[in-house]
Amino acid sequence: MEGTAVRGRLTWQVATVSQLIDETPSVRTIVLQVPDWAGHRAGQHLDVRLTAEDGYSAERSYSIASAPGEPVAITVERLDDGEVSPYLTGELQVGDELELRGPIGGYFVWDADHDRGPLMLLAGGSGIAPLRSILRQREHSGSMVPTRLVYSSRSLPDVIYRGELDRCDGGVEVIYTLTRQQPPGWSGHAGRVDAALLAEATWPASQDPIAFVCGPTSFVETVAEGLVGLGYPARRVKTERFGATGGPGGPDGGT
Amino acid sequence: MSPISRGFHGRRRTPAGAEGRVPPGQYVTSDFPVLSAGPTPHTPLEKWTFSITQEGGPSKSWSWTEMRGLSAETVTADIHCVTRWSKLDTEWQAVSLDTLLAQVEHDAEYVMAFSDGGYTTNLPLADVTGGQAWLAFGYDGKPLEPEHGGPARLLVPHLYFWKSAKWVRGLELRDDDEPGFWETYGYHMYGDPWKEQRYAGD
Repeated sequence: MEGTAVRGRLTWQVATVSQLIDETPSVRTIVLQVPDWAGHRAGQHLDVRLTAEDGYSAERSYSIASAPGEPVAITVERLDDGEVSPYLTGELQVGDELELRGPIGGYFVWDADHDRGPLMLLAGGSGIAPLRSILRQREHSGSMVPTRLVYSSRSLPDVIYRGELDRCDGGVEVIYTLTRQQPPGWSGHAGRVDAALLAEATWPASQDPIAFVCGPTSFVETVAEGLVGLGYPARRVKTERFGATGGPGGPDGGT
Repeated sequence: MSPISRGFHGRRRTPAGAEGRVPPGQYVTSDFPVLSAGPTPHTPLEKWTFSITQEGGPSKSWSWTEMRGLSAETVTADIHCVTRWSKLDTEWQAVSLDTLLAQVEHDAEYVMAFSDGGYTTNLPLADVTGGQAWLAFGYDGKPLEPEHGGPARLLVPHLYFWKSAKWVRGLELRDDDEPGFWETYGYHMYGDPWKEQRYAGD
């Protein structure tokens, strides 16, 4: 895998951890310094490789959580039976090095210049990561495109980037739903995203919105099917599913 | 040299007996993760067809009933997704692509598989013939579920699983190798898991 950089080839690079941000008790954002980062688009992902002392290595994919132009950041949820995420959310320290390559993926991306329809973002759990990149890119680019985010979390303390999302304004509307536990006096939605919530919270299909859906498979299935039911053309519904791997999707013979 | 990830030991999870069956960079899962780029299509069986087409040559199309009337087999295979999970000993009910391709006269070198929802993926003809590739309609003795590509998907287990197009509706026979959907977005044109051909240039 080592080698000189060839155009069009994704080579492994050594990145240095510059900052660690605990987002929730089980989720951490890792900000990386990558000397030769070629730049990325909002919504893309990257591969991380860890190497043990005996040479054993493990690779995983993570969505890039920062906007183009910002330092590369990933947001990792600890999966207790995982191999890589407990290390990244527990052991890793500022100053540590890890290998990565990317950016990867060109379908689940949003460009301010190309997608002028209203932006409909739907996230389940840590599926918020690539959508946060899109939200920041929207802000940085000065895009005025009307934007809604429907974000499903288990409970309020599980909401990732809550401070940042609560500060969203200027045409961004954030709609939370809490599936397992709601704080006293909670005025937001409760329970899983369903057809009724989608009908209420999404842009009408007649406005030609573009939807980005990211989260666990069951969430993505329900939401994508719901949007199609509301008249969204399939090509206007881009999905990224987090399977058992805990990483972002990528191809699996899918559409 | 890769830097050592201080404190990382890894948990090798290759089950006993699976040595030599898990390609580099993969780990074994007992789940069946679902990954795809858009909503799951639902084509009713009475409207479903599978076609083999080619420019300027004969083509052929099968209805669901016609396809199910062909001789089928049970295929046991290990499958490997580019997102790094591998699943061993999966069992499919399927018609060999040899059976289908034998009914169309051609001298093509590549195929482009095409699916409901607009998905495409490219494969050399040599990789979809010779008992290496199937049109799968059953999984574990049951009809293939829509989220796993039902009513029917390709099964090309020796390549990364994105080549096993879900919701497949046909093959376009071609003389040249053109990138399909994921291949256009930087994934490898061929996708051999044993050579870790994940992305273009690997």
